[in-house]
Amino acid sequence: MAKDDKKDNTLKLKFDSARNLAPAPESKSIAKIKPQYELFINGSFVKPESGKYFDTINPATEEKLSQVAEASPADVDKAIKSARSAYQKVWSKMPGKERAKYIFRISRMIQEKAREFAVVESLDGGKPIRESRDFDIPTAANHFFYYAGWADKLNYAFPTKTPRPVGVASQIIPWNFPLLMAAWKIAPALATGNTVVLKSAETTPLTALMLAELIQEADLPPGVVNIITGAGETGAAMVSHPDTDKIAFTGSTDVGKIIQKAVASTHKKVTLELGGKAANIIFDDAPLDQAVEGVINGIFFNQGHVCCAGSRLYVQESVYDIVLRKLKDRLETLIVGDPLDKNTDIGAINSRGQLETIQKYLKIGVQEGGEIHQSSCPLPKKGFFCSPTLFTNVSQSSRIAQEEIFGPVLSILTFRTEDEVIEKANNTPYGLSAGVWTDKGSKIFNMTTKLRAGVVWANTFNKFDPTSPFGGFKESGFGREGGLHGLMPYLHLD
Amino acid sequence: MAKINNTNEEQRLEVLKTYKIYVGGQFPRTESGRYYVLKSKNGDHLANVCQCSRKDFRDAVLAARNAFGGWSARAAFNRGQILYRIAEMLEGRKSQFVDEMTKQGLSLKQANEEVNLSIERLIYYAGWCDKYQAMASTVNPVASSHFNFSSPEPTGVVSVLAPNDSPLLGLVSLMAPIIAGGNTCVILASSKYPLSAVTFGEVLGTSDLSGGVVNILTGFVDELLPYFADHMDVNAIVLSDQGEPQVTLAKEKSVFNLKRVFQYKNINWLTEKGQSPYFILDLQEIKTTWHPIENIGGAKASY
Repeated sequence: MAKDDKKDNTLKLKFDSARNLAPAPESKSIAKIKPQYELFINGSFVKPESGKYFDTINPATEEKLSQVAEASPADVDKAIKSARSAYQKVWSKMPGKERAKYIFRISRMIQEKAREFAVVESLDGGKPIRESRDFDIPTAANHFFYYAGWADKLNYAFPTKTPRPVGVASQIIPWNFPLLMAAWKIAPALATGNTVVLKSAETTPLTALMLAELIQEADLPPGVVNIITGAGETGAAMVSHPDTDKIAFTGSTDVGKIIQKAVASTHKKVTLELGGKAANIIFDDAPLDQAVEGVINGIFFNQGHVCCAGSRLYVQESVYDIVLRKLKDRLETLIVGDPLDKNTDIGAINSRGQLETIQKYLKIGVQEGGEIHQSSCPLPKKGFFCSPTLFTNVSQSSRIAQEEIFGPVLSILTFRTEDEVIEKANNTPYGLSAGVWTDKGSKIFNMTTKLRAGVVWANTFNKFDPTSPFGGFKESGFGREGGLHGLMPYLHLD
Repeated sequence: MAKINNTNEEQRLEVLKTYKIYVGGQFPRTESGRYYVLKSKNGDHLANVCQCSRKDFRDAVLAARNAFGGWSARAAFNRGQILYRIAEMLEGRKSQFVDEMTKQGLSLKQANEEVNLSIERLIYYAGWCDKYQAMASTVNPVASSHFNFSSPEPTGVVSVLAPNDSPLLGLVSLMAPIIAGGNTCVILASSKYPLSAVTFGEVLGTSDLSGGVVNILTGFVDELLPYFADHMDVNAIVLSDQGEPQVTLAKEKSVFNLKRVFQYKNINWLTEKGQSPYFILDLQEIKTTWHPIENIGGAKASY
């Protein structure tokens, strides 16, 4: 072997080669999107009182997909009245096992239409089709299936208590997992005998409206589920309506606080699932390749539009260099592009507004002395896209280490000892989720016990399941969704 | 030598007690130097009771926060033993409490009931300390190859407004489930019956409970409620018989750091309704932990 070859005997991977894969787009033709959608109230689709509609666009192309009704307070009133009437006349009287059958039916029908739901979810929200196909839609269907089974077994859930439904629930969901969040809200509410008015997010109304069509097709009694569309004002009307008994909200901590304050003088039950700034912690004894995969998934899953995203990475100093190199290498392999392409890892940012927020934080990060590393992957010319980004040289007090960005931006910090990282990880008003990577079992349990967060992933990240309760400590909200604990917010326990 | 002649009860000059507050395991007076006069039914002067200030409350929260790490990390069994020890101490000082309560206007029967039930309640919750976890925990059968479980953890520092019409039992009924669950607390005693609360602090001080786990202040709800509700290092607030406007105010002020707000009203603490593990669970956060399971697909042995 020649001497020159010896100098350069490390294997060089061509990380950008993955980007040369032939396009593998999912077919748009399966999605039957109507030019206009109405409000789903009392079992039928009705025009909004105001006659106003707003556009929903494809964030990957900025093209209009459809227009949907803007529900005014008058429409909200109508929806809540219909939910009240359905609650009193039908749903609260129906035996649990009958309610169960309706909910099972919804689950099955989502499975039947899963491919169509997945395509529409990716078109309307910008998420990669791999995620909507393999995660969002199946998990939504599973959530209905799981809670359907609870409907006639509630007496086993809370020893010595007699559970009874709360009544009419106002439910407001975010734009990051549109159908899945609808399922998280509607399924436990129906299983426990409540009726609902659900508002989908302004930028992602379509799969919720498809769910409304499906619910109509499933022949659910009119008014048990009402699905309306609109923006903040519509949500405010749902919260302040005097005839709603329960508010379930998933969204920002700021809005959560406004809601909490708005209902202070009432007896409305509230659950809030709010923001987060999860710490993802890598110890030097961790399986580093798995950890790097977990970190990448933790922050870039759904473009980082995830309340529990692992947006603060803490790396033990002794492995910092190697972890950083691996992260940068892995970053280079990520494909940013058409959400409908099955090769795409990172799709479109959900809206222009959100893209601007993320770009604002990128500037702040640099201004505060952070060192920015972005993938060289070219971004599509049209649509809202953001390169996956790593920040190093971040301090604990940096805004990008304190505030929720809700985008594909990872702040990387370091630590030396266990106690130090516990303190740093918990030093945030949030407490939704956390991650820890180490091969040592006793260290895992020390960490998972001391991290003040509602969900802790050890040697994994961003896993969800209908049987697994989800929700936050501290300012990440209160109440749980999923599992047995997810029943409680929708019941009075006498 | 002359015999001291004042041992005769009638001639003896009583040593009056200065009623203090209980903060961080110490018994200071209020930093504010303020007091209010407590009188008995027939107008006798009973005590110059501390009228605690915002600063007293903040000091108490600091003590409660510092105590939280240690208290929440104690073995549940050990917490149970300490609650039991509180009951033992109270039992030993029963006559003092009865005496104090009758001075504050309760009948002998009421006073006896109040103290007896307070002791029973402490024992009730002593027993729950290492049991509610099993009741509220789940192992969740997730569909992926992971081991997944959910279990309760204490919410943190809790501020408490004790019921005004109960000298001791109300306070004990609110406090016991909070600390049984590993939380620490700052309690505002009844302004109508503050003496038993202060003396209960002395029971706590001699019962193996670490300083700061329970802090007891005296003073007025209207003055202190806003601070109990808006302090950024308090995780939850428990209200009792306060009125609608006070509860609304507490809820509004709690928004700043999304405190958990609970009100237990119309509960007759003398009955069975006054005790339940669900009171413990109100001040618990459910934590869900995930870990991968290797090769679950291979585990198909069917012996």
